Amino acid sequence: MHNKSVAELSRELESGKISSVELTHQFLDRLKQEDGKYNSFITITEEQALAEAKAADEMRAAGKATAWTGVPFAHKDIFCTNGVRTTCGSKMLENFVPPYDATVTGKFRQAGAVCLGKTNMDEFAMGSSNESSYFGAVTNPWGLASGQKRVPGGSSGGSAAAVAARLVPAATATDTGGSIRQPAALCGVTGLKPTYGRVSRYGMIAFASSLDQGGTMARTAEDNALMLNVMAGFDPKDSTSIDREVPDYTATLNEPLKGLRIGLPKEYFSDQLSPAMEEQVRNAVKEYEKLGATVKEVSLPNAKLAIAAYYVIAPAEASANLSRFDGVRYGYRCEDPKDLMDMYTRTRAEGFGAEVKRRILVGTYALSHGYYDAYYLKAQKVRRLIQQDFAKAFQDVDVLMSPTSPSPAFIQGEKTNDPVTMYLEDIFTIAINLAGLPAMSVPAGFVDGLPVGLQIIGNHFAEARLLNAAHQFQQVTDWHQREPQ
Amino acid sequence: MQWDIVIGLEIHVQLATRTKIFSGSSTAYGAEPNTQANAVDLAMPGTLPVPNENAFRYAVMFGLAVNAEIGRRSMFERKNYFYPDLPKGYQTTQLEQPIVGPGYVDVDLANGETKRIRIHHAHLEEDAGKSLHEDYHGMSGIDLNRAGTPLIEVVTEPDMNSAEEAVAFARKLHSLVTSLGICDGDMSQGSMRFDVNISLKPKGSDQLGTRTETKNLNSFRFMEQAIAHEVERQMDILEDGGRIVQETRLYNGDRDESRSMRTKEEANDYRYFPCPDLLPVVIDDDFIEDARSHLPELPDALKARFKEQYGLNDYDAGLLSGDAKLAAFFEEAAEHGKDAKLAANWIQGEFSARLKAEDKSVAESPISGAQLGDLVVRIADNTVSSAGAKKVFEALWTGENDNVDAIIDAKGLKQVSDTGALEAMVDEVLAGMPDQVAQYQNEEDPKKRKKMLGGFMGPLMKASKGQGNPKLFNEILVKKLGG
Repeated sequence: MHNKSVAELSRELESGKISSVELTHQFLDRLKQEDGKYNSFITITEEQALAEAKAADEMRAAGKATAWTGVPFAHKDIFCTNGVRTTCGSKMLENFVPPYDATVTGKFRQAGAVCLGKTNMDEFAMGSSNESSYFGAVTNPWGLASGQKRVPGGSSGGSAAAVAARLVPAATATDTGGSIRQPAALCGVTGLKPTYGRVSRYGMIAFASSLDQGGTMARTAEDNALMLNVMAGFDPKDSTSIDREVPDYTATLNEPLKGLRIGLPKEYFSDQLSPAMEEQVRNAVKEYEKLGATVKEVSLPNAKLAIAAYYVIAPAEASANLSRFDGVRYGYRCEDPKDLMDMYTRTRAEGFGAEVKRRILVGTYALSHGYYDAYYLKAQKVRRLIQQDFAKAFQDVDVLMSPTSPSPAFIQGEKTNDPVTMYLEDIFTIAINLAGLPAMSVPAGFVDGLPVGLQIIGNHFAEARLLNAAHQFQQVTDWHQREPQ
Repeated sequence: MQWDIVIGLEIHVQLATRTKIFSGSSTAYGAEPNTQANAVDLAMPGTLPVPNENAFRYAVMFGLAVNAEIGRRSMFERKNYFYPDLPKGYQTTQLEQPIVGPGYVDVDLANGETKRIRIHHAHLEEDAGKSLHEDYHGMSGIDLNRAGTPLIEVVTEPDMNSAEEAVAFARKLHSLVTSLGICDGDMSQGSMRFDVNISLKPKGSDQLGTRTETKNLNSFRFMEQAIAHEVERQMDILEDGGRIVQETRLYNGDRDESRSMRTKEEANDYRYFPCPDLLPVVIDDDFIEDARSHLPELPDALKARFKEQYGLNDYDAGLLSGDAKLAAFFEEAAEHGKDAKLAANWIQGEFSARLKAEDKSVAESPISGAQLGDLVVRIADNTVSSAGAKKVFEALWTGENDNVDAIIDAKGLKQVSDTGALEAMVDEVLAGMPDQVAQYQNEEDPKKRKKMLGGFMGPLMKASKGQGNPKLFNEILVKKLGG
């Protein structure tokens, strides 16, 4: 069962061959047995999962089943879950149990899905390797045979590793600068970051509010479509969510790709990319040509400024978003504070990890009196230029394609002491967040036995087209079905 | 040396919306601590703000009432600082694009002049919670019921030159926001709070001096005292050749003392930046016209109408139009009572004194405008004397009876105004007091004669059992006694 997709499991449940309770037991057993190798979960919610499975079986018996009813999955530990601790990968929230659901978790609950637990992540979603988690690094299921532990990417590394290791068929994830696509690429799974505003951010713990977007991770494009069907939609609790009709994303998966216009941004095929990686990506593009697509080179002239702009805007927003973790109302509080200032400084010094502190410092600096214009305002101007680059490119093409990451999964510890090298992991993904666009990462080959991701970028609200393009590719390739040994 | 005083005000006005500016929690005052704070108000992780449309409507109404430009594209910024009663670690406020732009208010001064005070802008923001420092055994308590209550902060130009002008402006603003119904105006509950910026400059100089800001004054009296105190403090320093330090000060009204809270150098760097959780709010023509259609008659228009329609003088009209509830009470009394001037006198006299004595607002008055109007009718048509009317008022106030005529009957307060009957009584009383009559008639000094007239009134009132119309008695006496 663990090799089946959400769509397949849904059919199994529908046919009555297996109950959700049985299925959930199987997945929980496997999860408890296997996850020691990966550390992809922070919390396993066995009791709640079995209760949800029982309720799902009743829901099905009552004739009220949805495609998700009774299907096991997991939430990234950034989504608040009513009654289940939500840590955001931080000591600060080690014992935080929210009394409310995120809109996304509420929607899965309503659909009758069975949540097995909360997946590991970089602390407050800040990282590209999942090594900044207070609950320990996550190990990529790929490359273990060589005897070296590799990173799964980040920040949604727990979700990516869990899906790749067949611990769950699907998991929610979030993407602020590449946090869905880069781990999906490094773990050989399929991930989608929707258009900014497509999925509610309510109850999703904020890192950088203007960039954060909840999204999907599974092995197939079809499962991503099933996830987005549940997650997408306007939420009156999120002023930045967009009131726009949600299509059935599975309905257009089988549209032919004949005439699809693909653009290859020349800046994303630079010398940052190894020849081996480039070859895999170009081979994938050739598959699309075989499916009837046309390909042309396009330019995103300001793409090279994206990392610099992002590392001003994201930390600036984070510095304010993380101010609420002050030890006053919830979360970690230092022992025996001697006064208010002592409580603030020690709570935050002890509760946050190094990368989080680094970004709070950078963001605070960028917003400071006398520096605001030079950093924050300048970065916002760059952001507009980047948006214009994409708008111009989409006048001539339907989708853009590029590698998702500059290199495959690297060895744990390799980049931890060099934050700038680590930040360059997101060199091909970050501009998409700055422009608020949807993008996917689709498994597209291997280099040295490690998965390579193809990034497909669409115009605003082109999720259906991206899923269609990914699904058609997966009908003629089997990269997404390969299983790590 | 002679000094010019320069004063500018920042006024925090709590908006009377039912729910908070970014959450659905109630804004009602006085609930148990932290019972009106939901996940958003507590800044729980992942929660997001959703703007309250009514707060925008109230702010636009305010803008229209102070003749201001309305900001068509309104933005929110985050103002970052740490304090335990500020749950998010930042206050959501407006900096670059406030909802209300430049405007003005005309203020009537005691000397009869009218002064125009310019409004620099007014912006929407959220209130913080409260820190409670007593009764927690060396610790502090936090009550977040107030956190997220909508405020408009009104910022004036430095157009006021005395405590009197500043207080007159503050009162006018109070009258405006309560008339608009956008603020309950209850200063004791912090519904309006004033920060006063004060500087001194040599008389006639066009160079502004260094200013201080005295924060969080919550009564007109404290505001007046604080200004007087600060002007004196600055004057002492300047006249001793010292320099004013730009700083924020706190004034203790009970002790008439102030102390420095922080200097400019110690000021926070608030690191304002646009709040990414809130989109810019676009205010269109329809929204403005809708707000305009909700505007009540404002104090200035009301005052003009009171003078025109009821023939009130400037002072009475100003006083009665200053408070929307009082104005409504007056109009009800004037309509029932026919004699508007007499109604105005009773409202400013007996009625206001009684409210003040019992620390009640107009809304809490046990008597209605209509009842007072009925009483005014009976005073005007001579049914009751003014002494009798006070007894009727008392009975209405205490709730002894709610009908004016029934009280007059029950208490036997009806005056005898039948001239024939009164003349007969005068004849009888004068016949019994020949010596006094003679004395009166021999007196040349009209002042003394007038005084002696009073000597006959006592016996006359006694003879009429207190029910004779004193005014008529007086007229008859003068006629009978001759000149």
